[in-house]
Amino acid sequence: MIYIQYILVIFLVICALSVCITNNLLVSLIIFTAYSLVMSVIWLFIESPDLAITEAAVGAGITSILFFITLVKVDKMNEGEAKNE
Amino acid sequence: MSSFNEVITSFVEGTPKAEVVSKEKAKRVYKHHEMSLTERLTAMIEKGESKGARNAYTVIAVIMAIVIIGCLIYTVSSLPPFGDPSNPANNEVVKKYIMDGIADTGAINFVAGMILDYRAFDTLGESTVLFIAASAVIILLFRKKTSLEKKVADIEEKIYEDKHDVILRHGALILVPFTLIYGIYVILNGHLSPGGGFSGGTIIGAALILYNLAFGDKSTKKFFNFKVYKVITIVALSFYAISKTYSFYTGANHIHSIIPKGIPGNLISSGLILPLNICVGIVVACTMFGFYSLFDREEI
Repeated sequence: MIYIQYILVIFLVICALSVCITNNLLVSLIIFTAYSLVMSVIWLFIESPDLAITEAAVGAGITSILFFITLVKVDKMNEGEAKNE
Repeated sequence: MSSFNEVITSFVEGTPKAEVVSKEKAKRVYKHHEMSLTERLTAMIEKGESKGARNAYTVIAVIMAIVIIGCLIYTVSSLPPFGDPSNPANNEVVKKYIMDGIADTGAINFVAGMILDYRAFDTLGESTVLFIAASAVIILLFRKKTSLEKKVADIEEKIYEDKHDVILRHGALILVPFTLIYGIYVILNGHLSPGGGFSGGTIIGAALILYNLAFGDKSTKKFFNFKVYKVITIVALSFYAISKTYSFYTGANHIHSIIPKGIPGNLISSGLILPLNICVGIVVACTMFGFYSLFDREEI
């Protein structure tokens, strides 16, 4: 069981780094959602189901919706791709 | 999206699109002192004058990051181990909560008993902070639409009405009822199982957002508008404040409270925790949906 936690923590670190590194804001937002999801599973492992529910609902749900709307509003959906071209 | 809006605006006003775009006129060469700091910086970077400064910036940033990471790792390594019985957090407060929790609050979920009974004043503050945040967002983003914008919104609604994504609609048709029921379950069982007002309210808010995304603005407006939002939020917060004032008054003066505790483990038990959970859940659900709505179209 402990190995699953190690894998999750490593995945968490990779997610956190790649959120900063990716150019495309949409991609980094999706990675951020994955980060929240992994974090909620980790909360479940360290025996705080209250926080797990809240993290899954707020971190993976509401926050990413608000970020998506903001991205659409400021027309930055495809900025990274435009730079690469 | 913005270009689409422009086309529609020009269509409604009756002006051709070419007149809308006249950015070339505004272009003129500014003198050095007229530019802002960021403009000067971008100009410097474009010219390639600041290569040394940029290298120094990168080096300093990496050094700063390494120092901060080192500090954090050092601090974490000196924390007590997880789950150790001799941890400083494991003191007489925990014993008091675990020994007397059920008798005092009637809640099986100790966390709910703590945040809504022992420390309900904190939770009232948190709900108020959320309410103030929502009010601030309303002040910043809420504005009455002009007649032109209303026309544009109507046309957009007509265009998109029948073209809502089929997959989204059918998925929402299946998902929304279950999500709503799960949120209500989490709120109502806040004193029995993990969860409570905040998480359940967020789940209900997410369900409302999904419903709004799939079925459009008009069908949501039938049961949720700004008036409903105002009334629900203020009634819930006032009920919270008044009921907690009552229980603090009786508790501080050692008067017997008339609110029955009930049998621990039943759905209707644990005194005020269940209604307070419902209040917090309603406020949070409305606030989450209000945030989404204000971000999306600057109204509720």
